[in-house]
Amino acid sequence: MADTLTIAVSKGRIFKDALPLLAATGVVPQDDPATSRKLILDTNVAAIKLVLIRASDVPTYVAYGAADVGIAGKDVLMEYEGNGIYEPLDLNIARCRLMLAGPPRARTADTRLRIATKYVHTTRRYFAEQGKQVEIIKLYGSMELAPLVKLADLIVDLVDTGNTLRANGLEPLEHIADISSRLIVNKASMKMKHGVVKSFVQRMGEAVQHGQA
Amino acid sequence: MTDTFRSRDERWLLPEGIEELLPDQAERLERLRRDLLDLFSSWGYRLVITPIIEHLDSLLVGTGSDLELQTFKLTDQVTGRSLGVRADMTPQVARIDAHRLKSAAPTRLCYVGPVLHTRPEGFARTRSPYQVGAELYGHGGIESDVEILQLMVETLGVAGLRGLHLDFGHVGVFRGLALEAGLKEDQEQELFEALQRKARSEITELLRVFDIDTAYQDMLLALIELNGGGEVLNQAREAFRDAGHTVHAALDNLENIATLVDKRIPSIAPCFDLAELRGYYYQTGVVFAAFVPGYGQEIARGGRYDDIGKVFGTARPATGFSTDLETLILLGPQRAHEVRAILAPNEDDATLNETVAKLRRQGERVCYALPGHSGSAQDMGCDRVLERRDGRWIINKLG
Repeated sequence: MADTLTIAVSKGRIFKDALPLLAATGVVPQDDPATSRKLILDTNVAAIKLVLIRASDVPTYVAYGAADVGIAGKDVLMEYEGNGIYEPLDLNIARCRLMLAGPPRARTADTRLRIATKYVHTTRRYFAEQGKQVEIIKLYGSMELAPLVKLADLIVDLVDTGNTLRANGLEPLEHIADISSRLIVNKASMKMKHGVVKSFVQRMGEAVQHGQA
Repeated sequence: MTDTFRSRDERWLLPEGIEELLPDQAERLERLRRDLLDLFSSWGYRLVITPIIEHLDSLLVGTGSDLELQTFKLTDQVTGRSLGVRADMTPQVARIDAHRLKSAAPTRLCYVGPVLHTRPEGFARTRSPYQVGAELYGHGGIESDVEILQLMVETLGVAGLRGLHLDFGHVGVFRGLALEAGLKEDQEQELFEALQRKARSEITELLRVFDIDTAYQDMLLALIELNGGGEVLNQAREAFRDAGHTVHAALDNLENIATLVDKRIPSIAPCFDLAELRGYYYQTGVVFAAFVPGYGQEIARGGRYDDIGKVFGTARPATGFSTDLETLILLGPQRAHEVRAILAPNEDDATLNETVAKLRRQGERVCYALPGHSGSAQDMGCDRVLERRDGRWIINKLG
């Protein structure tokens, strides 16, 4: 048990972008999550397993030690309020921006703005730092719809190419944060499995550097 | 669904993070509590019983804002002053040492009891941990730190935990570097917060924005890599070559503690993490924590927090540790429930009553049968019965 390593990662873009990095450290999953329904994937290394979970659950799994390490977007980490995790490495994958967006000539009047977002804490913090109080409407998806149907004045969401925004007649207004995926580590695993974890972090770090070079 | 809409059928619901213990667990917790108090007593640590509520300003002395947020508050209807429900017993015990006992000699105190947190944090994610701990006041040397450490290790041993891992840090390293680098208070706080997450890219960015001496940028960034076994101290000497006195005094202190731990607790190989600073805002020296395999969080922690009692009248060196009894029984060996009772008939017979009293004195559990009760002897936790044979009362095994 001391030598096993469980890696939590979310399906989709982060998983796809993380595969080359994992491969560079010598870890290759045995199943393809696109075709397999398994939630725990074996890898070519017997002691290393991947668990596939929702992106926003990755910090929780790692904080409780259900996974030793995880790959999570900075957007999710900014939203996660607990402690108990380290985030020692910026993997520079799944890059995008967290933006405030809205219709052109959006209402920026003195009334309290209504902001639709999945990122409640981050949004509240962002506006609080500007000395503004806003009303936040928590949504789970399709943020772009909210201003169109007058549910909200503006939205805070991840923006990659900006195509979805434009297709719905919205435009990016303010840049809140640059987002990329981080390698996160459970605090106890960092100590109890120091050798395994630290060398994994190191090899991932090398893989990232190599990818950029 | 909000609480307002709770139906009458859900009145059994407890508030989030609040638990109750059923007989088997309660028995284990109470057994451990007694064993630990006996252990502390045999080491010379005397029990103090602290109040559940106190004036808020005395509960929060010398601590950071973390504890203030963690404290439930209410208003004293007699005086109108703010009261707090204890969220940590350490400041209370410090007050007792500084204001009530006022001894010049070393004072050893221990405490046990539930505390209340507004938000679950660490440990078993409960909002009402059952805190137990020991504090040693009046000695600033490493001998008292190591004594507390030994007692913590014994405590976890009594709880039946195996495969302990001890992790050491020292607040003097970061504090010294921050001071020498000329960080402002809010910068130090921001950097500290990122350091607790070992968030390399954020730290690099913060240091760049703070615009401090590059030598100190390198040293502060080096902190996140300084974790592992005994070699860490040598690496730290190398990395902090050009740092000032505070940093080197802290490293000396850690090194001396490690040497003494090797002698006194040879079963444990200490590990170090110089970026890990639990309780940074009231700790003043070495900090340590214990981990066990298979549990993703620390199970006990402690360290030095000199002069906490200053506002109560006496500034004294202090060191101590604490842990949570509910976590310990959760992680400890789950012994099968062994204590079985003897069922005695409900008769008015002098020899029967004498026999029962004698068995109870011997530590047996004896219950009288109740006339017309439903359920079997086994249902009541009995595995034996008292029966009369030839005018004498003898114990027969059931089933």
